[in-house]
Amino acid sequence: MSTINYSEKIPNNVNLGEDRTLQRALEGWQPNFINWWDDVGPEGSTNHEVYLRTAVSVDPQGWAQFGHVKMRDYRWGIFLNPGDANREVHFGDHKGEKAWQDVPGEHRANLRRIIVTQGDTEPASVEQQRHLGLTAPSMYDLRNLFQINVEEGRHLWAMVYLLHKHFGRDGREEAEALLQRTSGDVDNPRILGAFNEKTPDWLAFFMFTYFTDRDGKFQLAALAESAFDPLARTTKFMLTEEAHHMFVGESGVSRVLARTAQVMNELKTDDPQKVRAAGAIDLPTIQRYLNFHYSVTIDLFGADQSSNAAIFYSSGLKGRYEEGKRTDDHVLKGQTYKVLEVKDGQLVEKDVPMLNALNEVLRDDFIKDSMAGVGRWNKVLEKAGIPTRLAVPHKAFNRQIGALAGIKMSPDGRVVNEIEWAAKRNEWLPSAEDFAFVASLMGRVVEPGKFAGWISPPVMGINRQPVDFEYVRFG
Amino acid sequence: MDMAVEAGVIKQHLIDPEICIRCNTCEATCPVNAITHDDNNYVVRADVCNGCMACISPCPTGSIDNWRTMPLVRAYTIEEQLTWESLPAELSPEELEAAGVSAEAAGDAAAAVPAQTQAQAQAQAAVESVEPAFNSAQYGASVPPWSAAHAYTNLFAPKAPTTATVVGNFNCTEAGFDSETHHIVLDFGMVPFPVLEGQSIGIVPPGVDAIGKRHHARQYSVASPRNGERPGYNNVSLTVKRVTEDHQGDPVRGVCSNYVCDLKVGDTVQVVGPFGSSFLMPNHPRSHIVMICTGTGSAPMRAMTEWRRRLRKSGKFEGGKLMLFFGARTQQELPYFGPLQSLPKDFIDINLAFSRTPGSPKRYVQDLMRERAADLAALLKDGSSHFYVCGLKSMEEGVVLALRDVAKEAGLDWDTVGAALKREGRLHLETY
Repeated sequence: MSTINYSEKIPNNVNLGEDRTLQRALEGWQPNFINWWDDVGPEGSTNHEVYLRTAVSVDPQGWAQFGHVKMRDYRWGIFLNPGDANREVHFGDHKGEKAWQDVPGEHRANLRRIIVTQGDTEPASVEQQRHLGLTAPSMYDLRNLFQINVEEGRHLWAMVYLLHKHFGRDGREEAEALLQRTSGDVDNPRILGAFNEKTPDWLAFFMFTYFTDRDGKFQLAALAESAFDPLARTTKFMLTEEAHHMFVGESGVSRVLARTAQVMNELKTDDPQKVRAAGAIDLPTIQRYLNFHYSVTIDLFGADQSSNAAIFYSSGLKGRYEEGKRTDDHVLKGQTYKVLEVKDGQLVEKDVPMLNALNEVLRDDFIKDSMAGVGRWNKVLEKAGIPTRLAVPHKAFNRQIGALAGIKMSPDGRVVNEIEWAAKRNEWLPSAEDFAFVASLMGRVVEPGKFAGWISPPVMGINRQPVDFEYVRFG
Repeated sequence: MDMAVEAGVIKQHLIDPEICIRCNTCEATCPVNAITHDDNNYVVRADVCNGCMACISPCPTGSIDNWRTMPLVRAYTIEEQLTWESLPAELSPEELEAAGVSAEAAGDAAAAVPAQTQAQAQAQAAVESVEPAFNSAQYGASVPPWSAAHAYTNLFAPKAPTTATVVGNFNCTEAGFDSETHHIVLDFGMVPFPVLEGQSIGIVPPGVDAIGKRHHARQYSVASPRNGERPGYNNVSLTVKRVTEDHQGDPVRGVCSNYVCDLKVGDTVQVVGPFGSSFLMPNHPRSHIVMICTGTGSAPMRAMTEWRRRLRKSGKFEGGKLMLFFGARTQQELPYFGPLQSLPKDFIDINLAFSRTPGSPKRYVQDLMRERAADLAALLKDGSSHFYVCGLKSMEEGVVLALRDVAKEAGLDWDTVGAALKREGRLHLETY
């Protein structure tokens, strides 16, 4: 079960060959996927051979095999973690019942919606990152970008499999629509706001992979608890791939900070203009990028009070992060949770039913995890003897979704008026000038072992290869 | 192959909190639940981790690949590790000595870490230095040959071992000689325990150590081919050297090696594993195998040789060459010396190196390899050749350097050849 059959047109470990109808349906979808990849996938990369990680089985020994592969030949397919025949639903109203192998009729619409929303984010990030290959700061980074791109593509496959296998005609239509929406398209945009934002440069890419792929970790972890067993098994395996994406973001920003600190120390300055003139990214700009990506990403968790979230939980569709490790009753009725609102110009906390606040619970788990990583970034500055520290802005800063949507807040959590907001906006969020400056640094460096001047080399290469390994062979 | 670390000192597996991004991959992949975390750090339980390496390759950061030689009684607890902001330095020889650990014992513990795990430190050193030292480990493959059979791994975890019955135990070195090496045969009855040549299994010695903890499992390479020591039976054989003295000649009793060597037919043992998914032999009929080993490092070579011998009977491997370089201090110390001598010369090309034969100059396996440069060069040029190195850690660098020199002398570009050997799963290093 755990080994992946690569002799099939669509590699899989789900015995696809035994379900001819499904196989034909997916084989019909496959050319559209390749067309999508050719049209909006990584630009100008068709002939590159990239040192990619490919799964040959879903056990620890098998899912990280490395070798040079043309991305178009990457073995996208359908890989589920092994199932447990005795698995039980372990939260919500169905707690203690056997996990579902098929979709229960009453939950069909909600499950489809969850899967479509998750599926929609996967091709979106590939589209958002389409042009980045042209401005990679090193061959090492270029390889990491491409690895993320192919795996996002595979995550799309994972969701499309569930739609085709379990949702009949509407599932097939939804799978088609996943390839028709396009990130940032005015007429047919991606479902979630953050996935229509641009990823214009590599600093934005690192922030995106740090924050937004971390959102992916929490959403996938919550789905990995699902009573719908195929969804749980699929997302479990996706989580193993997601880890690399977060690594690219976390280490990417770390390396930018290391280089900035080095330049600041060499020039003995903390003047942002002097740092910029020396070709590094100044710390205030990095903080503004952080503010932007953090606030946009925490919107992805949805409204702070949501009856949908309550329904998803009680009906067993989506659990909490690490549901199995929590020690409460896993039903949550009669419990409360604190959410924020603005009253008389002040932020105040109020108790709401826990079940309705589950988006907020997941958001808070994400925030804790994100802040820990920002603390690790600060260690880079600390070690370099730079006194400045990065911080995540207040949870209510720059929010577009939920009770805090549209409220003008400073990053430190003060409600401000329109005038102050307008005056300070460019101190708090990246300005057009910031984007133009960062864009000006984005020249392509792809000689093995060479790095652009605004970023430090990594501590170690991929798969223990040296940093100057030929990660990409240009065809 | 006895990778046992004697009582009192361990090579403790640790995660570098400065590099780790807390992605949870290691905890999710660890087959024995040795890894846990809090809001601050991901940590490894020293008493649970069996060094199976399942977590190493999935880790996206490399932070997982850290090891510290520690007196068992001072092993870092998870509580300590959870508070760390950076990894503690290695204990100095003086600190180890003060804790009752001799430098030799510490060296043994270091050698017990699979070669792959040391690659990180060496690769990093290579990045940092302008003229990097030769790093043999970087050429070791982490993938099996393309034609290898699929290996099953971790069927029995340390917390749930299975039971095997001893059906054979005999001394396969010359009788009366000090360094006894035993050939042990274990039968699994009806319990599924599929193994391939090159894999290893773990034996859990009974009882507890000095501080009352259950002994860790010790890993031994399987010496029998895939269809059993006795063809068609569910049994495996091991090659175990009895450890009775340390490197200074002081008496010391290896916990597991003595337990295993003293087993009687009919005894039962607790077994975990199987382990290993890359040190596997090629299956395709034109593949050549070059085996380089010392001492109990011969176990996987015996397994491969025996499997080829059985297949040869069926006429399937006429094209594939077998070449063996086998080193020992003396002829008497060579396990399987007798049976090796009876193999037909057109089946296997045997080269024996003795480093302590009275009246003869010391010869090591790499010396013999250089003597056979012409034949090795031909094999290096052939993409169907596979190289296996197993034995003492100290031989690894010499062997890979010898291969490099043979390649260079034959006009081959070692960077290309070495990289291909690694990428294609054709050079495997397992030293201890």
